[in-house]
Amino acid sequence: MNKIANRAVMCEVLKEAAAKDRDVVVLCSDSRGSASLTSFAEEYPAQFVEIGIAEQNLVSVAAGLASCGKKAFAVSPASFISTRSYEQCKVDCAYSNTNVKLVGISGGVSYGALGMTHHSAQDIAAMSAIPGMRVYLPSDRHQTRKLFEALLQDQQTAYIRLGRNPVEDVYEENCVPFEMNKATEIAQGSDVLIVACGEMVKPAKEAAELLAKQGVSAGVLDMYCIKPLDAEGLLKAAAGKKLVVSVEEHAPFGGLGSMVAQVISANDPKRVINLALPDAPVITGTSQEVFHHYGLDAEGIAKTVSQALEG
Amino acid sequence: MNALALKAYDLRQDVLDIIVAGGGGHIGGDMSSMEIMLTLYHRMNVDPQQPKDPNRDRFVLSKGHCVETLYAVLADKGFLDIEEVKAQFSRFGSEYIGHPHNTLPGIEMNSGSLGHGLSVCVGMALAGRMDQRPYRVYTLMGDGELAEGSIWEALMAAGHYGLDNLCAVIDRNHLQISGNTEEVMGHHDLHARFAAFDWHVIDVADGNDVDQLEAAFQEAERTKGKPTILIANTVKGKGSPLMENKASWHHHLPNQAEYEQISRDLKARKAELAEALAKGGAAHE
Repeated sequence: MNKIANRAVMCEVLKEAAAKDRDVVVLCSDSRGSASLTSFAEEYPAQFVEIGIAEQNLVSVAAGLASCGKKAFAVSPASFISTRSYEQCKVDCAYSNTNVKLVGISGGVSYGALGMTHHSAQDIAAMSAIPGMRVYLPSDRHQTRKLFEALLQDQQTAYIRLGRNPVEDVYEENCVPFEMNKATEIAQGSDVLIVACGEMVKPAKEAAELLAKQGVSAGVLDMYCIKPLDAEGLLKAAAGKKLVVSVEEHAPFGGLGSMVAQVISANDPKRVINLALPDAPVITGTSQEVFHHYGLDAEGIAKTVSQALEG
Repeated sequence: MNALALKAYDLRQDVLDIIVAGGGGHIGGDMSSMEIMLTLYHRMNVDPQQPKDPNRDRFVLSKGHCVETLYAVLADKGFLDIEEVKAQFSRFGSEYIGHPHNTLPGIEMNSGSLGHGLSVCVGMALAGRMDQRPYRVYTLMGDGELAEGSIWEALMAAGHYGLDNLCAVIDRNHLQISGNTEEVMGHHDLHARFAAFDWHVIDVADGNDVDQLEAAFQEAERTKGKPTILIANTVKGKGSPLMENKASWHHHLPNQAEYEQISRDLKARKAELAEALAKGGAAHE
């Protein structure tokens, strides 16, 4: 089991970039520890800005820095940066067209038993609704590295959600197919397509393996780019399938499932099932316990697919 | 500075024309903030020929609804064509909308939602310090706007980091859309509040006096180790008794008779000021 969380990889990539480019700046809201950015702050103090527990200010200050040519990474728990600072993300980052990368750490239900204040189950919907805002949920540490390396090269704002805990690798270290804004097809199948993002990609991949044992051929698409959604890649992967199942660590409205259903219904109508968290405060538990409870683990996904194909 | 003081009344006429042509605008605050923006742009290092010069001074209009005055001042400075602004303001498909938009030359950031400008300026000031650039950063906020909590987050951060390249101005006209600021949400002793956040605070007795404003901006520039904030005591609707100190003129569209009355009042005020300045003589030079 991999012990390196995606957030730790982010820190490594940002340190590498900061060493070469003094315009790379990281901002935190008393969140450097949670973000695994303590070593960045220690090694690059001149490129690190502590804002304190003030997420609105965090985002606007980042926008001010970016307007003066800085590559600003504002890093704060996903639950706070995506909703408490929502207007700042909309006005000062997207609308004003500043190069601020908004990184939501400990996303989804990462904080487990801390409850709904600390869960971000609305961030995909909220951020995707902002014109000019891009939304990315990388699946593992290797893809996180590729994504941050790509984001360092562009000039547009984006929201990136990372989980808190180390997650099992989806890709192998020396074999990480990655193209910016293109979904990655990680398994091919003929009966069903499972589309997942973020930490749901690994269980989706495992579900496909379980289904194979039952004689069901499932393809799996890693849609780390929620916005702009790779509609072309989705339609290509869904072509000829009886069923499309989306899996996300998010509320059932306005997230990956809604977008997948939009694209499929408009272009290649077929049955789409959205697997997501409920429209309610989630049950108390660790991420894995919560995923299992709502059928978002490999067994749950496989069961949904089997039942749908039988029905 | 005398010419600048007189120009304020000419630009008020531009603002009136923009608002009437566009069918609406925040006339009360436009009029109170005229000398503040005019004095700022008179002293700021900005050049319409090099609008992206990395060493330029930065200004963010946090009270973005007073964009009509910003348009008039930017046009006077050579960034915009005032006739085009008057012809296009608020029209279908126009670039000249009712709040600042940074696709227009001379406008740094989009605003309109209150309480953002100071935070953005903290970022700009930090960037200037990181890059050791000589520019200064300015923002203008309304007094009603000060109820926004994000402003106090930004005040805290600017004080904490001792951003002496940052200068904020409060257009202290004591009125907001619902009435007197002290009745809507009282500020009490603003000077003490800002000072408690580690800012150098300057009370500008007459925030519609360009000389007093210029002196305050100079003091701000001399002040090291702390950001400076000007509490500019202004008159909302300044320029005509018809609208002065009246909350109802926050966003009032003058009718034809009111338009003509205000135009006459502006001319009369300018003439009075010219006479007073002539008597005052060298003191204003």
